Amino acid sequence: MSTTRLAWAAGLAILIVLPFITPTYFLHLLIQILIWAFIYTAWSLMGRFGFVSFGHGAFMGIGAYVPALLWSYWNVTPWLGIPLGVVLSGLLAIIIGYPCFRRRVIGHYFALVTLALSQVVLLSLIAAREITGGSLGFTQRAVGYSWYALQFPEKSYFYAIAVLLWLFGLAVWRRIDRGIGREALEAISEDEEAAASVGIDVLREKMRVTVISAALTALGGAVYGQYVMYLNPETVSGIAVSLQIVFAAIAGGVYSLFGPSVGALLTLSLTEGLRVWFGANFVGAANTIYGILLVLCIIFMPQGIVGTLQRPKGSSARRDIAWNWRKG
Amino acid sequence: MLAVEGLCKRFGGFLAVNEVSFDLRAGEILGLIGPNGSGKSTTFNLIAGNLRPSAGSIRFDGREIGGLAAHAICHLGIGRTFQIPRPFRKLSLLENVTVAAYHGAGGKISRAEAQHRAETALEMVGLPVSSSVQTNGMGAAALKKLELARALATKPRLLLADESLGGLDREEMEHAAEVLDDIRNRLGITIIWVEHIMGVLMRIVDRVIVLDHGEKIFEGKPAQAAVDPRVTEVYLGKART
Repeated sequence: MSTTRLAWAAGLAILIVLPFITPTYFLHLLIQILIWAFIYTAWSLMGRFGFVSFGHGAFMGIGAYVPALLWSYWNVTPWLGIPLGVVLSGLLAIIIGYPCFRRRVIGHYFALVTLALSQVVLLSLIAAREITGGSLGFTQRAVGYSWYALQFPEKSYFYAIAVLLWLFGLAVWRRIDRGIGREALEAISEDEEAAASVGIDVLREKMRVTVISAALTALGGAVYGQYVMYLNPETVSGIAVSLQIVFAAIAGGVYSLFGPSVGALLTLSLTEGLRVWFGANFVGAANTIYGILLVLCIIFMPQGIVGTLQRPKGSSARRDIAWNWRKG
Repeated sequence: MLAVEGLCKRFGGFLAVNEVSFDLRAGEILGLIGPNGSGKSTTFNLIAGNLRPSAGSIRFDGREIGGLAAHAICHLGIGRTFQIPRPFRKLSLLENVTVAAYHGAGGKISRAEAQHRAETALEMVGLPVSSSVQTNGMGAAALKKLELARALATKPRLLLADESLGGLDREEMEHAAEVLDDIRNRLGITIIWVEHIMGVLMRIVDRVIVLDHGEKIFEGKPAQAAVDPRVTEVYLGKART
């Protein structure tokens, strides 16, 4: 117990010290990693129970675009815009999730429905190019340092926000993992009928975790949008973003607290590393290597990187049993 | 306690349950028997809310429950087991039963209370009360017990036991039947017991209903069932003269 506390304290100390000793470029990378880690963690809240959503790009897109547009066109502070985007994402999750869960759309079919959702939001953003700038993207109206506009030219502010956001994501993950809600969701993920027969309200439990996951993803999208200031439909929504979320979270490991974060750390460092390394040579090689590494990860570490590292500890606790009806 | 009237279930052109009616008194053990495909499990699924009736009514304590969601029916006080055990493999044995106790009570009890109820249920059926036991590697008989424990943990007033004896050997069957008898006598839970084989069941049930091709062909004392010509015909075939 005390060793884990020590590890937490050490980890937090490193996170606090980092911005003072790292060059701006790495701080920028770190902020992105933390925000994405938060989004991957949000996805894993439902992904770990086998509710595989390819629609989280949609939630992220809404979370990013709503406050940005409100601010740039109508001067509405992100302090209102962000909650609005989060609520809208939650509503969208209900609109999509309710009929799916009601009609028992699960597994591949659920993945397909959510995949379509990603694309609907992406295409809507592109189609509304009068206000969103379409495929060319959209730059927020900048006002320099402002709490009202939630804009900070200094990276350290966003670093602090990203750390808090990430810790918040871990807290939510842990709350669900420790609570009796996890057991209900595990039961549902295995056998919805049997789960319902022991009194679990399958629809309500699934809706709850889906709405939480979608709302957090939107929050992540909003912070990302405030940080980068430039939004493009392709980088904050759509199938590409959804796939990025799914792959990174699974590669890191959706069953462990730090799995999705490790996924973010590795995939983003890898993308950056390969991009810098290859530069303008061998265009496409970086993406190819990235893709191959991901495939290898998923094939050889189905529990994810963190899950694979943790496995030996867990397996010894498992015991095989075989009782009979006989007494004694 | 339970009043089933004119219950029908149609799957496309196939009538799985046809105009089945029966009453159940509190504290009774009712045996529901019949050959394969006679509509026993379908009747169960209709009462437990896993299927929606095509026609007819199911009243539980005077309240219509036909077509309610399975979890709502569980909250009203009807617990069920499944013919083929369906444990939650990712949960430990104790968690399997605790989650049932907690949600069976509609989430209105504390986790500690849920675990306490789970432990009582596990003891009742004779499974070990230990938090480190996994369901992987549990034998068929133990899994049947788990089904029972999970249903009991939801504190039902009516228990639907689906083929609790299937796949067990003689000794295991005797013990399983004893447990069911105990559940009725000590906990006062009313039971409908579906079974494919008649032997042990006939000694314990108060009354028996025989289904064939979705229709009720007999209702009465077990001793009468054994000599009823329609029942013996269904089970043994028509006597050649």
